Amino acid sequence: MNEGRKEIIQIAFVIVGVIFLVKLFFIQVVDERYEGLAQSNAKFREIIYPERGLIRDRNGKLIVYNTPEFDLLIIRNEVKTLDTAAFCEVFSLSRHELQQKFTQLYARREYSRRKPTVFLTQLSNLDFARIQDRIDEFPGFYIQARSTRAYTSSAAANALGYVSEISRRQLERDSSGFYRQGDYIGQSGIESYYEKYLRGTRGVRHILRDVAGIEKGPWNDGKSDTLAIPGQDLIATIDLDLQEYGEMLMQGKAGSIIAIEPSTGEILSMVSGPSYDPNLLTGKNYSSNFVLISNDTNKPLFNRPLMAQYRPGSIFKIAQAMVALQEGVITPETRIVCDRSLIACHGAHTNEDLRGAITHSCNPYFLTTLRRVVNQGKSANTFEDTRIGLEEWRRHIRSFGFGAPLGIDLPNEKGGLVPSVAYYDRAYGGRPWKYSNIYSISIGEGENLVVPLQMANFAATVANRGFYYTPHLVKSIGDSGEPLPEYQVRHYTTIDSTHFQVAADAMERVVLEGTGQYRARLKDVVVCGKTGSVQNEPRPDHSVFIAFAPKDDPKIAVSVYVEYSGQGARAAASIASLMIEKYLYGQTKRPHIEEYVKRGKFLD
Amino acid sequence: MRREENFTQKIDWITVIIYFTIVILGWLNIYAVTYDEEVAQNIFSLDLNSGKQLLFIGVSIILILAILIIDRHFYETFAWVIYGLILTVLVLVPFIGKEVGGNKAWLGIGAFGVQPSEFAKFATALVVAKYIGSIGFRMDNLKNQLVLFILIGAPMALILLQDDTGTALVFTIFVVVFFREGMSPFLLIVGIGAAAIFLLTLMVENHFYLYGTIAVVLALAIALGKKKPRRIVSLVAGAAVVAAMIGSVDYIITDVLRPHQQNRIKALIDPDADPKGYGWNVTQSKIAIGSGGLVGKGFLNGTQTKFDFVPEQSTDFIFCTIGEEHGWLGSFFVIGLFLSLLLRVVFLAERQKNRFSRVYGYSVALILFFHFAVNIGMTIGLFPVIGIPLPFFSYGGSSLLGFTALLFIFLKLDAHRMQMLQRL
Repeated sequence: MNEGRKEIIQIAFVIVGVIFLVKLFFIQVVDERYEGLAQSNAKFREIIYPERGLIRDRNGKLIVYNTPEFDLLIIRNEVKTLDTAAFCEVFSLSRHELQQKFTQLYARREYSRRKPTVFLTQLSNLDFARIQDRIDEFPGFYIQARSTRAYTSSAAANALGYVSEISRRQLERDSSGFYRQGDYIGQSGIESYYEKYLRGTRGVRHILRDVAGIEKGPWNDGKSDTLAIPGQDLIATIDLDLQEYGEMLMQGKAGSIIAIEPSTGEILSMVSGPSYDPNLLTGKNYSSNFVLISNDTNKPLFNRPLMAQYRPGSIFKIAQAMVALQEGVITPETRIVCDRSLIACHGAHTNEDLRGAITHSCNPYFLTTLRRVVNQGKSANTFEDTRIGLEEWRRHIRSFGFGAPLGIDLPNEKGGLVPSVAYYDRAYGGRPWKYSNIYSISIGEGENLVVPLQMANFAATVANRGFYYTPHLVKSIGDSGEPLPEYQVRHYTTIDSTHFQVAADAMERVVLEGTGQYRARLKDVVVCGKTGSVQNEPRPDHSVFIAFAPKDDPKIAVSVYVEYSGQGARAAASIASLMIEKYLYGQTKRPHIEEYVKRGKFLD
Repeated sequence: MRREENFTQKIDWITVIIYFTIVILGWLNIYAVTYDEEVAQNIFSLDLNSGKQLLFIGVSIILILAILIIDRHFYETFAWVIYGLILTVLVLVPFIGKEVGGNKAWLGIGAFGVQPSEFAKFATALVVAKYIGSIGFRMDNLKNQLVLFILIGAPMALILLQDDTGTALVFTIFVVVFFREGMSPFLLIVGIGAAAIFLLTLMVENHFYLYGTIAVVLALAIALGKKKPRRIVSLVAGAAVVAAMIGSVDYIITDVLRPHQQNRIKALIDPDADPKGYGWNVTQSKIAIGSGGLVGKGFLNGTQTKFDFVPEQSTDFIFCTIGEEHGWLGSFFVIGLFLSLLLRVVFLAERQKNRFSRVYGYSVALILFFHFAVNIGMTIGLFPVIGIPLPFFSYGGSSLLGFTALLFIFLKLDAHRMQMLQRL
């Protein structure tokens, strides 16, 4: 009766064994899912943030460097119990703030219970020292080191720009796929323009962790790990001493100073007043400080050298003279009577030649000159003739770099305005117009708009006698020793070089005997300059001055705008000459001028 | 001195070799579980489980020698005494035992704890074999059957009192031994059928399909068979019982089983429903085994078991280490070893000349089989998580010594099978 029962038992054994092997075959060989699950269990991907490139000034002085800061990461799943009282104490939070942090954490789009997520950001070195001993008390929390920007000086904030966490909008627009939530990105200035050189390459470390999150060594023997590659260092064209000096001079004033080395287009200093201390926009207090700075009614984040568009004023007369000479409608010896019936003038002069007209900034002279340029009789119809002449004039003026952004290595550069035929057609709504309608552009008023950078570039162009390099702030990227290729190209104007010699002579006389003689003249070097007073009825004029020095083989070209400070011969001429003196000799020999600028009472 | 010659000649060396292979593999895997690259570790260190296991292996060898030296009549003669002693200890454990992992199933002896329930298995096997082998025993005698069930029921009940459901369940496998010795298969069929219905009910969400199936099967059985009233009545009664079982499953799940037991069954049906909660063990165990692939990650290179993602990884879930580090081929080898051992023991049992030895042999094979099937079954998600060790493989002194005694008593009996015949 027990026949076959032995076999039943044996068969049962074998069947169970076969079922196991089949099931095992499915989960081990057929199903690929488990390998990934095992990795996500034990593998932890740690990002190593690269050091951002350093920025030095043209003499090798450090301007921008990195300082360590620490983020606190949380893996929510690993936080089983949290001693909130101890946590609040260690991280200096109130109970309410802690609750808020958790609410914010859960609200974040990328939040996951399994992934490390930033919980507190930008703990300082000081915080870290206190926290690192006690971090073990809070399982599920990790410290991640990264670096933040720090500045050796409070100068050049607008040129350097600032760095902050990438915004959600920037992240969405980023097509390169380089950035992740929480990454830092240059937000303005050099930091933004040279972002791809400065940022470096992130490294990745894969580590194995046990179920409690404790590190157990490298994954795959570290073969898939990559090192962080630090960003490239930059050498700025800025002379930090000169920059600081310029900022000191601009203190309490609104306006800008730009100094350029004419032979290279390198910007020696770029001052925007009022400015802010770049150290305010780093670290833990970035957000609150940013709100303060961006809401400041003085607009310290507004980079005036590139963004403030002014009418150029009398300094534009040099450009007009160049165009007229090139067009052959005057010669340097052409004399024009100072007929003040149509337009006002200043000073005692009656019938000057070109150099004299520039020296004394004679308005009627340039009114007539531009008429000769615009109305050359190329068409019998006066209206048509004006259109032809204006386009020709505009072509010359634009060759100086006016009317379009120059292409400096900073974001948000404005182009100014050189009015075109189309512009006036629009402005007059189809009604006819001719020179008598537009003549105020002849003296740099009217529809012309320039930014201070373009005026400095113009001074550099005259200094070079007819060409310029696009102004730029970085002279060397990494170990290359060279700026970007676009800053190594000479841009020639449409004006012959010889005509610029006339301009240089005239600007020399402005300083020696004309409007600039008192405050712009230096004892040991020939300064060429031109004053301007941009009208702002009923408020005071903007004080404007452009200059370069020395006259032969110029080393520095400057433009200065000081808003609402009256004649160019006062505030702007003083500041420009002090900048030249400082750059050429390291200090001023005219403390009274420096004192005059610092006092700032230019209208008395 | 003739006995000394028999000692080495007649022992079944095939079984001995398989036994030692499994023990050594177990020991290496216990080392792999605790291995930490960062720390220079010695496989022999007594601070590690591997070191302690080696000590237990040493004790096992002494035990084996003792079992082989002791006179063969001892086991049959003292079966009742051994059984009685173990039962007494089991009764005492709840009072004098120490608590380990929530179960008060341990007796402390110095630094080591002993789990008496591990030794109840071979004691029960001895007494069952003794009783079935006794003169005048008849399997079709209800009174004899009742005694058998009391013999396995007593240790089972005492172990259940210690809250060690897994070990208690092991004793149900004796029903298969009874079946081999002539008991009607009815109980087996009912048991397996009930378990199947239970699981089916859990897996099929809509019970309407199950009731429908029963109705169809019943209708077919009545229509196709002989139309005797008695047969129809019993068929209808059977169907009613099955239907009632289905109806009562929810009740059993929620009211009879304890929460942790409910969860283990839920985890079997759908571990993904709560992979961090009750599904954790099975999910992690499957991840560990599944990530091994065909050839595995290599000895000491596993991450899931070593880094504690798998719970109880050196005892109940030791098979995960095989799966992870040695892949499907390693699993194949280990399962092959166990199958060889089980089939070999059945073969040896069948060649016994007396009933005592045969019944004991089958008990050995089936107890080992139960552990093998349930343990590996649970690690790969085919069986609810029931904490019983993989014989000779899992870490633990009591289980290793208990299984060693179980197996080697049989090898001793087998070595003397010809003399047993002489005695009859």
